[in-house]
Amino acid sequence: MTNDSPQANPLQPAQAQGAESSCRVVLDDLAISRALMRIAHEIIERNEDLGNLYLVGVPNGGVPLARQLAENLREIADLDTVVGILDTTLYRDDLTGSGSRPPLRRTEMPSAVDDRVVILVDDVASTGRTIRAAMDALMDFGRPRAVQVVALVDRGHRELPIKIDYVGKNIPTKRAELVKLRARNGSYQRPLEVVVTAEGGRADE
Amino acid sequence: MMGRGLLGIEDLERADIETILETAERMQEVGRRDVKKVPTLRGRTIVNLFFEPSTRTRTSFEIAGKRLSADVVNFTPASSSLTKAETILDTAKNLDAMAPDAVVVRHAVAGVPKRIADELGAPVINAGDGAHEHPTQALLDLLTVREEKGRIDGLTVTIIGDVAHSRVARSDIYAFRKMGAEVRLAAPPTMLPADVESLGVKGFTSLREAIDGADVVMALRIQFERLAGALFPSVREYSATFGVDRAKLRYAKDDAIVMHPGPVNRGVELSHDLADHRPSVILDQVRNGVAIRMAVLYLLAGRTRVEREEE
Repeated sequence: MTNDSPQANPLQPAQAQGAESSCRVVLDDLAISRALMRIAHEIIERNEDLGNLYLVGVPNGGVPLARQLAENLREIADLDTVVGILDTTLYRDDLTGSGSRPPLRRTEMPSAVDDRVVILVDDVASTGRTIRAAMDALMDFGRPRAVQVVALVDRGHRELPIKIDYVGKNIPTKRAELVKLRARNGSYQRPLEVVVTAEGGRADE
Repeated sequence: MMGRGLLGIEDLERADIETILETAERMQEVGRRDVKKVPTLRGRTIVNLFFEPSTRTRTSFEIAGKRLSADVVNFTPASSSLTKAETILDTAKNLDAMAPDAVVVRHAVAGVPKRIADELGAPVINAGDGAHEHPTQALLDLLTVREEKGRIDGLTVTIIGDVAHSRVARSDIYAFRKMGAEVRLAAPPTMLPADVESLGVKGFTSLREAIDGADVVMALRIQFERLAGALFPSVREYSATFGVDRAKLRYAKDDAIVMHPGPVNRGVELSHDLADHRPSVILDQVRNGVAIRMAVLYLLAGRTRVEREEE
């Protein structure tokens, strides 16, 4: 999640933003469902060895999306795809100054990644630094045959040569805006939505 | 709280303890990987400053630091010149000039880590000071109990042995009380602390009463090297009265666990059988010690910088 402010508590995914009034929904639950169904079709189209796929969600937002993609793959092609969770916090490159450390999220990699086609799933792609960190983390778990990336939203502002293979929606944003996947009930249960909050974050968000 | 270091459990809020435990639970996962190393403290330097000999705790901190990719330096001053405050502060200032990112201090005199922390820019982690505190030991005990029982709130914890002279007991009392457990002490009268009441715990001189219905039975190490038999007439008598074996354990809850900060005097604090087998969880405590120290180092030895290109 490129969107995490280090001060925010990602353990509480859908905390009410102070600037609730200035937030607009750019993807509602139906749009998210459609995007994930299309991406599942694209995954099937692009990969030959479908039994070898391994979906890995980046917490917090990537996890429910990875689970939904696994469900879609089952529905479309009767695939039983492993879903893992990979926290990138310990691999971040921006933890060197002053301030408190961000909380760690859960990592659960239920099976080895060696020779698998790993599909990293994140909610919002931006600078590319989270994906970079996720790739480093992934390599500590073995040697995948290939790594592909899903982002529900690509908001631009890339700082690293990272390509997103499957994009739900491109949403041009200002750097100062905050883009967030959230659930109204606060637990990443559907209905989900993606919101843009004006002037919500700092430069790197 | 955690900004300047970890000097004792007494200074911590319950929320701080929760943060450390949750972080440690994530660190446990790193310890189960084939590649047990993450890059988060790359380029950071951690100094182990042990004025008192210790292999286990120092090794645990060393492994923890290395698993986070920090450079760990062991600094063990000769023990002869240690009691002079000037020497300690000189050492601290010398260290500070080498710009470490965290300093882990053990000293035989209570309060020395605090004194060093006052001189240093880097956060100081107390790895045991006299009979004062040993905070990471108490935290790893909490983690082990939570792992076993799923909670700490509402449990009954009985600590047995030389509580009055034990920094482990002192930190554990603060820790388990803050997390909502009932704490009982069992010891000969000479080994019970004078301030039992103010610590919010109950003192017993009967093991059977103290252990009755306990969820956690924690035996402390009898420190022969320090006591030289001053506080009780004989080892055999201590062992018969306060040594924990399966027969005495019957008074505790059926699913009670047995803990010990190590190293165990076999046949004294614990029977040989209990020292090695369930329900004792001594090696889990050791394993969790690394996770706790990783968590504390992660929280203290590095801070967050956000990119501010547009500011």
